[in-house]
Amino acid sequence: MRRELGFRLVIGAFAVLVVGLVVAIGVELSRQSWLSIARFGLAFWLDRTWDPVAGEFGALPFIWGTLYSSGLALLLATPVALGIAVFISDLCPAWLRGPLVFFTELLAAIPSIVYGLWGIFVLVPAVRQFEIAMPELLRRLPLFSGPPLGVGMLAAALILAVMIVPFTSSVAREVLKTVPMAQREAAYALGATRFEAIRSAIFFARTGIVGAVMLGFGRALGETMAVTMVIGNNPQISPSLFAPQYTMAAVIANEFTEATDDLYLHALIEIGLVLFLITLIVNSASRLLIWAMGRTARPAARRVELGAAA
Amino acid sequence: MMLDARRRFLSALFVAACGLSVVLALVPLGLILFFVIGSGVQALNLEFFTALPKPVGEPGGGMLNAFVGTLILTGLASLMAIPAGVLSGIYMSEYAGTRLATATRFAADTLNGVPSIVIGIFAYGIAVLPFRQFSALAGGLALGIMMVPIIARTTEEMLLLVPAAMREGALALGATRARAVFTVIVPAALPGIVTGAVLALARIAGETAPLLFTSFNNRFFSTDLRQPISSVTVQVFTYAISPYEDWRRQAWAGALVLVSFVLACSVLARLVTARIQRGWA
Repeated sequence: MRRELGFRLVIGAFAVLVVGLVVAIGVELSRQSWLSIARFGLAFWLDRTWDPVAGEFGALPFIWGTLYSSGLALLLATPVALGIAVFISDLCPAWLRGPLVFFTELLAAIPSIVYGLWGIFVLVPAVRQFEIAMPELLRRLPLFSGPPLGVGMLAAALILAVMIVPFTSSVAREVLKTVPMAQREAAYALGATRFEAIRSAIFFARTGIVGAVMLGFGRALGETMAVTMVIGNNPQISPSLFAPQYTMAAVIANEFTEATDDLYLHALIEIGLVLFLITLIVNSASRLLIWAMGRTARPAARRVELGAAA
Repeated sequence: MMLDARRRFLSALFVAACGLSVVLALVPLGLILFFVIGSGVQALNLEFFTALPKPVGEPGGGMLNAFVGTLILTGLASLMAIPAGVLSGIYMSEYAGTRLATATRFAADTLNGVPSIVIGIFAYGIAVLPFRQFSALAGGLALGIMMVPIIARTTEEMLLLVPAAMREGALALGATRARAVFTVIVPAALPGIVTGAVLALARIAGETAPLLFTSFNNRFFSTDLRQPISSVTVQVFTYAISPYEDWRRQAWAGALVLVSFVLACSVLARLVTARIQRGWA
């Protein structure tokens, strides 16, 4: 029994290490940002002026840029990701399934820096052409105001959307797989069309699918290199898709090594701390939803709902 | 009948939309590969792999220092992360259901979702700031932290795939738990565990953000772990945003090397996974 305990203690120590790492990140980031937290308090997040030279640190533009770009990316990526998940799980012939999974997952494997490089030299010029071609009438809308630079919110949202599609679609696919086959069979037996049967399966899996979408959102929030390279890095709050803006991750990447005084550094680390906390919450919520879905989908755990198919 | 036609039409529309989604995702993939391969191949030559960067403004030169740097950084990361990841993975599968196993699984998933730039700040705080020095060690640490959760989770999953009869057989023969794990269960799951490690390696080899302020960059050849060191990704970043045509050309070449590496790892992993699934089925 002693030997058993020794084994458990040794490998248990490494398990504790993994848990400890998450805690340590939170503690270390708080410790390294206290100057800024103590100095500015909540005002740090409400002030929209970021002028390190003058010692003014307001992080609102970064919060805005991060949420806006991630939100737009989510809007673009979610329908596509769910379409892919449904196509692979329900519609495509068996021989095509393997290759499709491989290629969509390849999209997740391409390094962020490669997305960024492609973004600078291929996507941004294309976006600029698109912006130039935009009719004058539409250009008057706040959504499309500003000069056609190419770099800006639109390019960032597009590249983010491509990057999160594989994450959302692979989790959504797993979730759809846990829906009991009887669900779809029952719908078909009642005379449902393909769309109606799949809709009932999606409805059944809705909790897990929301989880999958949130997982993609979490990815988008923290994405750094590709966004940094195409968003234009200008700390302003603008509704315009054409305007160069800035995100939390991008400002850290760009200015960290240039932070000349301690307050500047602590302000950047505070942005990192909040980014850490936001992604922590979004990811935990997403895992919780996916996990809850896994529980309800267990066969015979609850009666199959047919209402959605009718 | 009218209603029926409408439903059929809607269904067809839905199927078409799903098919279109696949195309919408594959088009950017195709475009990225097209440009990376197209522009990269033109820039790729022997000098790129064997020469050091030329002074600013002089064309030519290569990225030898960056390749060596990435090799050292990923090596350091693997050295730290593979033992930690595999052992915590063993804990999660051996003691599944215990509170620590659940907490570890949650922590690993959380760590996996932490933005890499945040991991970089953490490594900066504990490995750069105290010594007032960017170093290869700090960069390796940041990458290692990113590797741990991936390896831990794949190890756990692979161990759970091993048939229970194998464990029971070992225990019935009087093996201790440690002996059963290390001589029977882990060897049976080894191909899967190695695959996990390869995928983790592929992921961190392409990371840039956590290196920006840990290993930093170095124009010169260096293998000193206490000094800043170059890496392919940071070098590609520096070159991509530079005003020099020749540097941009080299950035594409670097990107091609990165993508080829990732692609090779993915294909390898897929082949091994397919074999594992056939093996246990």
